[in-house]
Amino acid sequence: MAALRPCRRALVSPLCRAFSGPGCRLAPERAGERRDTAPSRVSGFCPPRKSCHDWIGPPDKHSNLRPVHFYVPENESPLEQKLRKLRQETQEWNQQFWANQNLTFCREKEEFIRSRLKAKGLELRTGSGQKATLDAEEMADFYREFLSKNFQKHMCYNRDWYKRNFAITFFMGKVALERVWNKLRPKQRKTST
Amino acid sequence: MAASPHTLSSRLLTGWVGGCVWYLEGRAMQESPREFMHLFRSVRKQWMTFQHFTFLRRMYVTQLNRSLNQQVKRKPEPTASPFLERSSLAQAKAETCAMRPLPPPHLPLSRKPNDKELLELESASVIEGSLDVGRETKDEKQWKEMKLHLDDLPGVLARLSKIKLTALVVSTTSAGFALAPGPFDLPCFLLTFVGTGLASCAANSINQFFEVPFDSNMNRTKNRPLVRGQISPLLAVSFATCCAVPGVALLTWGVNPLTGALGVFNIFLYTCCYTPLKKISIANTWVGAVVGAIPPVMGWTAATGSLDAGAFLLGGILYSWQFPHFNALSWGLREDYSRGGYCMMSVTHPALCRRVALRHCLALIGLSAAAPVLDVTTWTFPAISLPINLYISYLGFRFYVDADRKSSRKLFFCSLWHLPLFLLLMLTCKRPPGATCAGGEPRG
Repeated sequence: MAALRPCRRALVSPLCRAFSGPGCRLAPERAGERRDTAPSRVSGFCPPRKSCHDWIGPPDKHSNLRPVHFYVPENESPLEQKLRKLRQETQEWNQQFWANQNLTFCREKEEFIRSRLKAKGLELRTGSGQKATLDAEEMADFYREFLSKNFQKHMCYNRDWYKRNFAITFFMGKVALERVWNKLRPKQRKTST
Repeated sequence: MAASPHTLSSRLLTGWVGGCVWYLEGRAMQESPREFMHLFRSVRKQWMTFQHFTFLRRMYVTQLNRSLNQQVKRKPEPTASPFLERSSLAQAKAETCAMRPLPPPHLPLSRKPNDKELLELESASVIEGSLDVGRETKDEKQWKEMKLHLDDLPGVLARLSKIKLTALVVSTTSAGFALAPGPFDLPCFLLTFVGTGLASCAANSINQFFEVPFDSNMNRTKNRPLVRGQISPLLAVSFATCCAVPGVALLTWGVNPLTGALGVFNIFLYTCCYTPLKKISIANTWVGAVVGAIPPVMGWTAATGSLDAGAFLLGGILYSWQFPHFNALSWGLREDYSRGGYCMMSVTHPALCRRVALRHCLALIGLSAAAPVLDVTTWTFPAISLPINLYISYLGFRFYVDADRKSSRKLFFCSLWHLPLFLLLMLTCKRPPGATCAGGEPRG
């Protein structure tokens, strides 16, 4: 009954793949029904058909970044498409970096705790069954080590992030100007005829 | 219709569900009265409709999840009706999806389980799958439309501009203005107040614009507007520009060019030096301390038009104060800083971090003694400020020795009340006009 939203499945599916992870809960009947508007997350979220805005979701459990489901308008201009693709690509890139970063951090932290406890001759779990932890001062060694190990990686990430952020904002500005211009132009044509 | 090895449990569930329904009706009444009244009128005709049950089940699940998890509180969506949300069973889902645009009173109530058995079976199967669906529904509910509502805009902009920090910055500027010698010029004061406030809003907005993925990953900053998608980066930058331009213009042409130049310099220092430097080197803390020191200097230059000794003293006081304040705060954030790639003393050079904090606590005592020497205050000031200076130095010493979270928190919270009280005492001991310290000419 409602008009079908144009589906750019080819573009959205890499995004779906980017967001699918160990916690994937794909509901098959949802994916089947919503084939026309492919979900941006494999949890099956689809925005309402009448909506013509982007939708932002809860933080991803690995990267802590909030995924955005981008709205594809019917009369999307080349500039708007360029912006949307840039935003989608930046989102995937960011997602990958931070998910990897956080998972590496957790894994290395666990290894560090394990090795320190072993060196001390302690078990991983205390007598009461709780997980044994190190105090803040011992963890400080790990934090310092982790930070210096990842310094170069962060430098590259920061440089790329600043470039992308500026580019996205610049294109957002261009798109906004284009929209304003398009709104004014038909009026000009009407007044001239 | 499944055979019922679980008939007993389903009967128990029915009773439990009945109790839940009664409870949830009361809760739903509080939360969405308008939708609920529509619901209630229709329910009067049929005791339990499928949609009613589904709505209440979802309410129960969201309430349960909310109480179990520490989540950011969602704002209620004024236009969304609970009837228009999808349910778990495919058929009802297809109906509600198809009927999404229709308002609630027109929804055909297709499922009328007058039959008690049908209700029991439905309740059993629905509740069994409810947690799973509840999670999905909860996930779906957490998706927000990225549409800016005008009535949300003031709150969003206030958070974007870190309005509380801006208020603190502006109060240090006001203290600088008030402590400067000469008669109190109210129009000039107001222009300085507004101009500095706008400049601070601009700088804070740009800072948040740069830091979105990092802010998402730190507990302290994960609810900022750009992180939550409440505002677009373009709008954030536009807002910053709309604050910076009038702010600096006000300071340059409304007050004096020196104050305007200091304002521009401070915005540049904060956004283009401090913010990127946070990922590069621990020197960011010293740069950040200068950023904090400039506002009171601006207040002084606004009142006097010149950068004299008093301005540097005030700047020095704020500069020194930044270290116990920030170093103590950063002590508890070491894990987040390490994971996020922030180069902070607390992570890379912990001993230096504590040493610097203590050093600057002691410096505050020295600076308070310098105030009467520079004719900013009388000699009463170092005397009456000694107790609070000694106290913060004591906490700095404890932090230096103990190096634990408890001492860092005590030092941080002390710094929060120490600064306003210190500035207030300075104001009360301000050197009266015409009086001088030993060896000076009387001021005209």
